Amino acid sequence: MLPVGATALDRSAAPMLLARDLRLERGSRAIFSDLSFSVESGQALVLRGSNGSGKTSLLRILAGLTLPDRGDVAWRGETMKALSATWRNAALYLGHINALKEDFSATENLRDALLIDGVHVAQMAQLSALEKVGLLDRRNVLARRLSQGQKRRVGLARLVLSLSHHPCKTFWLLDEPTNALDEEGVSLFTGLISAHLDRGGVACIATHLKLNLTSAVNELNLDAMAEVTR
Amino acid sequence: MSAAPHSAHPHEPSGFAVERGFLVAFARDARLAVRSKGEVIQALAFFVVVVSLFPLAIGPESALLKRIAPGVVWVAALLSVLLTLPRILANDHADGTLEQLALSVYPLPLIVAGKIVAHWLITGLPLALLSPVLGLQFGLESRELVVMFASLMLGTPVLSLVGAIGAALTLGVRGGSILLALLVLPLYIPVLIFGAGAVEQSMAGIDVSANLSLLGAILLLGGLVVPFAVAVAVKISLD
Repeated sequence: MLPVGATALDRSAAPMLLARDLRLERGSRAIFSDLSFSVESGQALVLRGSNGSGKTSLLRILAGLTLPDRGDVAWRGETMKALSATWRNAALYLGHINALKEDFSATENLRDALLIDGVHVAQMAQLSALEKVGLLDRRNVLARRLSQGQKRRVGLARLVLSLSHHPCKTFWLLDEPTNALDEEGVSLFTGLISAHLDRGGVACIATHLKLNLTSAVNELNLDAMAEVTR
Repeated sequence: MSAAPHSAHPHEPSGFAVERGFLVAFARDARLAVRSKGEVIQALAFFVVVVSLFPLAIGPESALLKRIAPGVVWVAALLSVLLTLPRILANDHADGTLEQLALSVYPLPLIVAGKIVAHWLITGLPLALLSPVLGLQFGLESRELVVMFASLMLGTPVLSLVGAIGAALTLGVRGGSILLALLVLPLYIPVLIFGAGAVEQSMAGIDVSANLSLLGAILLLGGLVVPFAVAVAVKISLD
């Protein structure tokens, strides 16, 4: 279950993820600046902060969707240019919107997400992933008829399959992944994160929740950053 | 194509072939169109209704009807395609799947190309196929109907291509649909001139190959350049 371990070790000298002097401006206001941090293999970075403190913006920068106004981000020693191939191959981004097609069922949405990720997963494995996240009996219901929590769980199914079938997705970027999830869903989620960190992956998570993770967790409080800035 | 481990390229998923990005995007959008047939049929019905209004409004003077037929069909086709442009990118932008496409392992220009071809297949192609039936209302002869069909077959893909640029540039803009029309309609003018011109020339008994060749040239050029331009515009609008 550690397909990534081998590739993660060969660059173990450099941190997996390195952010240097990040600065992001919105209008005339700096949301954060001089933000530097690094994340090692098997570590999670939890982004904290009040609403509007820039958690989503920072995640989008790390995903390569937004360019910072200053500074850069490096993955395994390679500086990221906007949406370079290395980045797209490693990153699994679950945004605050669920990225589901309302006219497709959970099964179809999951299959499409995997196709877009370019990964081959047998139908049986997809079904068992949906079972694991508790959507097996709702799998053929159109996404528009799923509850918010159930929609979130389709995203969790992608994480399940990333663990079992997609070893190159070593960089998880999760924006409020536990939103609308019930208690059981949250514990399912923490289990997935733990397994991901155990296999040497990196996770950046924006959340208000206290996560019960056994592995190393770095917290980054963006509220504190903003005070330094102003 | 199995899910076997891959040691040579640790970053690349198994069975990875860049070209598949085109097919993945194409198949996805085609399936979406089948799932929401209503929108596609409505755009087609709009085309039919607009074209059919002219004989009713102008009356049964056949010489005049025939004279305006190329322009009417082409303008109705432009407007009908314009109505469907949000399908290319705006819907995906709204539900967050555009970000997933941008983060896909496949190059964004290929994905965009697949989406544009799918868009043409569900909008432009039905318009072209319907046009001979509508041309009959205006008393066009068979040779003219063939030229109209040919001009639409060459011209409607350009409408999808140019429309995609406008759609990408107006992503996330408030009141984007009117801005989109203002942005795209002027760019449609060359296609309109050559497309309607071809049918008019065939009515005048002049060789139509020049106009059709020009449409074909625009299509080839657009097909090569537009996917890259749209990909850049999408990245900027996601920023």
